Amino acid sequence: MKADNYLKLTQFYQNYAAMVDQENWDAWLDMFSEDCVYKVQARENYERNLPMAALSLTSKGMLKDRIYGITETIFHDPYHQLHLVSSPLILSESDDGIIESQANYTVFRTKNNGIAEVYNVGRYLDHLRLTEQGIQIKSRLCIFDNEMILNSLIYPI
Amino acid sequence: MSHENPIPMTPVWEHEDTSRIPFWAYTDEDIHKQELEKLFYKKHWCYVGLEAEIPQPGDFKRTVIGERSVIMVRHEDNSIYVVENVCAHRGMRFCREKHGHVKSFTCPYHQWNYDLEGKLQGVPFRRGVKQDGKAKGGMPKDFKTSDHGLTKLLVATRGGVVFASFDHDVESFEDFLGPTMLSYFDRMFNGRKLTLLGYNKQRIPGNWKLMQENIKDPYHPGLLHTWFVTFGLWRADNRSELKMDEHFRHAAMISTRGSGGKDTQTTNVSSFKESMQLNDPSFLDVEVEPWWDGPTAVMMTLFPSVILQQQVNSVSTRHIQPNGHGSFDFVWTHFGYEDDTPDMTERRLRQANLFGPAGFVSADDGEVIEFSQQGFEQKPFHRSLAELGGKEIEETDHMVSETLIRGMYAYWRKVMGV
Ligand code: FES
Ligand SMILES: [Fe+2]
Repeated sequence: MKADNYLKLTQFYQNYAAMVDQENWDAWLDMFSEDCVYKVQARENYERNLPMAALSLTSKGMLKDRIYGITETIFHDPYHQLHLVSSPLILSESDDGIIESQANYTVFRTKNNGIAEVYNVGRYLDHLRLTEQGIQIKSRLCIFDNEMILNSLIYPI
Repeated sequence: MSHENPIPMTPVWEHEDTSRIPFWAYTDEDIHKQELEKLFYKKHWCYVGLEAEIPQPGDFKRTVIGERSVIMVRHEDNSIYVVENVCAHRGMRFCREKHGHVKSFTCPYHQWNYDLEGKLQGVPFRRGVKQDGKAKGGMPKDFKTSDHGLTKLLVATRGGVVFASFDHDVESFEDFLGPTMLSYFDRMFNGRKLTLLGYNKQRIPGNWKLMQENIKDPYHPGLLHTWFVTFGLWRADNRSELKMDEHFRHAAMISTRGSGGKDTQTTNVSSFKESMQLNDPSFLDVEVEPWWDGPTAVMMTLFPSVILQQQVNSVSTRHIQPNGHGSFDFVWTHFGYEDDTPDMTERRLRQANLFGPAGFVSADDGEVIEFSQQGFEQKPFHRSLAELGGKEIEETDHMVSETLIRGMYAYWRKVMGV
């Protein structure tokens, strides 16, 4: 991979984290292609080839519906997220601009009156499309290590 | 209970019926310990898993009953055994894998070896060591391996679901469920092989009974789960029934989605928006299955350990695993049936987005349970109120009642002796 592409990729990963942390859901949606896949899946399911995931969204429409759900319908304790995302590891790169890459993440959750706690730890496993216009997510799997989700998972990771 | 004596030595149920539930039922650690003994370890069948999780002889899954670690394993003869995960030697919880495949169980500490039924097969240095032609050390002559197996549980399997009991005098599983619950159980587990789709696991900081209550509470879905209402899924005038076993411990909430249409009286939710449409309607791409035989949703609470879910095409077991009075792990096992088409599997997976720790209509259940527990902890001398539909315990043909909760606590009082 060319150095400036790696730089773009790194910027993309960090920007994703920033948009999610800022709850900028329009920007979050814009990062995905129309035919995208977004899953938050326990490592146990992933490694045992079990398809179940905590969230399994297989179109941009579903992503939009999820945002509607978390902003308008699901009752939950207010909280902030803070993501720490490692630099990406390139797994493969195809001629048509599809990059397979991964990065580790840690998400801290802070509730009102609360102390930041480790909320979700895992890795992104991605298929990204690199074009002149920028990078778009074809698929993002958030494979998390936590055996138990701390009660509920509302916002995207 | 008076404010002067906020935490009584002996909890007393002051109200004459169960339309009031004292907060100490959720906050008292001693009560919790008694519940484990009286509800999880004696006289009840508890959920351990699905046969589909251990398809081959030698396959095992580690799980829990109450707070005791157990192993469900398939024997060479295909039958299923459940043994306690505590070594008969010095008590180590020896099985560390969550699942796997074994020929026998070996405790790493001193290599005691057990067969798949939990019988002790081998003890290293049982005859001691030979030194200068003499045997030294080892187990005494009267040591019998047959006296030192793993604790073996009674096992009941039905329709591919496995239950176990530490209590070898427990009534049959069929009697435990009673005819009404059994008929709904058999509806969902009608002999077809199940296929495992995977797990969702969450830790909910609340008393485990709150989850049983939540699924015995048809009052909240149309009010808390705005998503249901927003997309026209839940209407208070849907055809529905509340049923129980004769002891009122188990229950089923049975409902059949109507043809739709607007009726303002059925929705009291302020955020209800008539015009809301999903961007991707495939979340709710429901296909009627022949085995439903009518109802589009049946939620069964089998006391104390499990909830059986059919919500349109999404089917799962939800295993309640307490840890202390104020927390439990909630383990969802989603499955399908052997004759599912790939489309049907996709449909079950898509609809699973509604459920589990991130689910559109389940994430909020975990949240309200957490905050209920917070309320209980701050004034343990107080009580909650469950009076919707009266003070009686009776089956109903509508959803506007808390009768199943009253029923559960009537049974709970009897077993707990309070
Ligand atoms: S404690 Fe298990 S072999 Fe000694
Ligand atoms: Fe609910």
